[in-house]
Amino acid sequence: MTKFRRKQVFEGIKIADFCWVGVGPIVMSYLADHGATVIHIESATRPEILRTTPPFKDNIPGLNRSAYFANFNNNKYGVTLNLNHPKAIDIARGFVSWADIIGEAFTPGTMDKWGLGYKDLVKIKPDIIMFSTCQQGQTGPWARQPAYGTQLVSLSGFTNLAGWPDRGPTGPFGAYTDSIAPLFGVAGLVAALDYRRRTGKGQHLDLSQFEAGVHFEAPLLLDYFINGRVASATGNRCPHAAPHGAYPCRGNNRWCTIAVFTDVEWHNFCHAIGDSEWTQNSRFSTLLGRKENEDELDKLIAKWTLDFTSEEVMTKMQGVGVSAGVVQNMKDIHEDAQLEHRHYLWQLEHAEIGKHFYDGPPFKLSKTPCELIMPAPCLGEHNEYVYGKILGIPDKEFVELLSEGVFD
Amino acid sequence: MSESLLESYRVLDLTDEKGFLCGRILGDMGADVIKIEPPGGDSSRNRGPFYHDIPDPNKSLYWFAYNANKKGITLNIETKDGQQIFKSLVKHADFVIESFSPGYLESLGLGYEDLSQINPGLILTSITPFGQTGPYSHYKASDIVSMAMGGLMYLSGDPDRPPVRVSFPQSYLQGAAAAAAGTMTAFYYRQISGEGQQVDVSIQEAVIRATLQPRMFWDVAGRIVERAGQYRTALSALSTQRVVWQCKDGWINFPIFGGVAGARTNRALAQWMESEGVSDKFLLTKDWEAFDMATATEAEIRDIEGRLVKFFMSHTKTELLEGSLNKRIMLYPVFTVEDIVTCAQLKGREFWEEVEHPELATSIIYPGAFIKMSQTPCQIRKRPPIIGEHNDEVYRGEFGFSKGEIAALKQGGVV
Repeated sequence: MTKFRRKQVFEGIKIADFCWVGVGPIVMSYLADHGATVIHIESATRPEILRTTPPFKDNIPGLNRSAYFANFNNNKYGVTLNLNHPKAIDIARGFVSWADIIGEAFTPGTMDKWGLGYKDLVKIKPDIIMFSTCQQGQTGPWARQPAYGTQLVSLSGFTNLAGWPDRGPTGPFGAYTDSIAPLFGVAGLVAALDYRRRTGKGQHLDLSQFEAGVHFEAPLLLDYFINGRVASATGNRCPHAAPHGAYPCRGNNRWCTIAVFTDVEWHNFCHAIGDSEWTQNSRFSTLLGRKENEDELDKLIAKWTLDFTSEEVMTKMQGVGVSAGVVQNMKDIHEDAQLEHRHYLWQLEHAEIGKHFYDGPPFKLSKTPCELIMPAPCLGEHNEYVYGKILGIPDKEFVELLSEGVFD
Repeated sequence: MSESLLESYRVLDLTDEKGFLCGRILGDMGADVIKIEPPGGDSSRNRGPFYHDIPDPNKSLYWFAYNANKKGITLNIETKDGQQIFKSLVKHADFVIESFSPGYLESLGLGYEDLSQINPGLILTSITPFGQTGPYSHYKASDIVSMAMGGLMYLSGDPDRPPVRVSFPQSYLQGAAAAAAGTMTAFYYRQISGEGQQVDVSIQEAVIRATLQPRMFWDVAGRIVERAGQYRTALSALSTQRVVWQCKDGWINFPIFGGVAGARTNRALAQWMESEGVSDKFLLTKDWEAFDMATATEAEIRDIEGRLVKFFMSHTKTELLEGSLNKRIMLYPVFTVEDIVTCAQLKGREFWEEVEHPELATSIIYPGAFIKMSQTPCQIRKRPPIIGEHNDEVYRGEFGFSKGEIAALKQGGVV
């Protein structure tokens, strides 16, 4: 029986993606994974930074070997265009005529300088949606300040909120805010796309990664405004739970998290660890008691967890209804049975990287699920197809432009 | 007057803290969001911080922050009357957002199959720690567990201590914001096809996406990236680089980079140091364009860093920020919440929104639009509701229940 195939959500939606690095390409990849036609436009003269950032396949650097770049750019066509060449601007304008959405992530003012600012785009296509994203937003005194996402994580408060109270802050790993802004970006962009469908009106979206980021600590900002409190890192402690932390397990650098909130959970926890004598101590029988004696409690639990693997601890705890989970490393993630069940990772074969895994979206649509079908493009891989078939540039002209360095 | 994006669409928000932000995002874009709480209110109304530190379910700043732009009603969906009322609401709703354990709504006869019969265009968004099905789908997970299972925790914190989570819970927000992205994607399909569907969000997966880079190290290069505290390890196998540095009154973020961008910053910093009498020939004359992080050795990096320690320690966060802004140096301070709310950029962007809270006889400042839209601006149009604030409006205004009927429902534990 042939199965009725539904349309992909964004089938027919056309996106010219001038974005680079993290947030912009991630936003467009959500739409690409759900059927939009996305053309990722890059410079060959100044390759985008993720193409030169590890990990590279087998640790051998190469512009087409970074899996970091690849993971945010699957399902997209890839072309090169040197926007500093005057003739490239005409081609960019051709993309505007073709597209529903123009994405860009340059330093504010750059698109204007090229004659590709929002006011220029609407002259070409009045209902165009322009999606701009950068660290600070398009306006404000710091708009043009250069920095990477690994630094914005500090400006937006997260570095200060992870670490141990007796030491300097460490923050969460990496360019954490690069993971926050795209989620807001997708929600806003898709809503704008539907608004345009209903009303015929396009618009300009201005996503500041700084502003999106601070929404993930909004209650702490209110706490400062109202109570004058300045939040700081508290290790793994939680004000209304104990035990609450990561406990060492058998093996090298293996840990399991455990979180006990209620009396029933505490009772079940004690039972799961064999009702050791210390668990009956009255100092630990109430939440307040456990909070007061938490250092000692943590040490006693660690003595017990060390005899088991992290998976065993998790299973024992979950078996009695206590929140617990392995502190998974990336090998564990690749072998995780739950993720396997949900088909979270998608294996695609890339021209130079070979078969490797791409992250799918963290949600599944029951009727129109995502499909990751095309690996990330090599630099300029689809120049001929996109410029010839999509923009309709005649062969002869394409060759001329090529020799003039327009596609460098 | 500008219109809002979603003003003619209704959201029924049944979530707990795992999903609050999803409805808030739709509400910011203009949707008519009704937060449905059990009688007595959400349990996370008891979560601090509180207004003036007074623990009170109508004063939780945690709850406020993620429930602005929502109306509030109470409804016990475990009662027959409650289920009837809920189904009536579903008839005219566009979205239901929920974060119960998988199977719970089905057990009440309110699962996707049931609801889609009432309203085929309905989008049901379900936010859970591991998704609706699979071997871990019934595992219990609070924030720290989701941060662990999603891989972010393994990567964070000092190497000589246990892995750490972010002290303010992040995984629920990751899941809820991902849910907003998924919900709008399903919405677009509904708009073109008339067909609703279920959006099944996994918080674990949302956390994995927040790690960004390390998963690929294992996949294509066979390396497990380890946590390195204030250092960065993922740029090179040969060296680590300090990212977080101490300064006179706090901390700053300054990772060494090579290449064109690094060269501009490193040279500007060296010249700044020289202008203050700290002349370092090496920093001033080094061929930074040719300096490659991938081949630099640990000793080289430590040597360069050693030249900067004193300079940073002799300046405050503010001095280093101002200087870096003037000279376009890639350095940011490690901001506290105080630094964030007082900084010139967010003020300059008119980011903050003051919201009247007449029930507290005050106004409260909230973070504003998550994105600036030229045609349909996001804004806070409603303060977060007090418990059951819109019961009358919804039950009398929309359902036409009499005062007597509402009194009966109240005594029956329905509202």
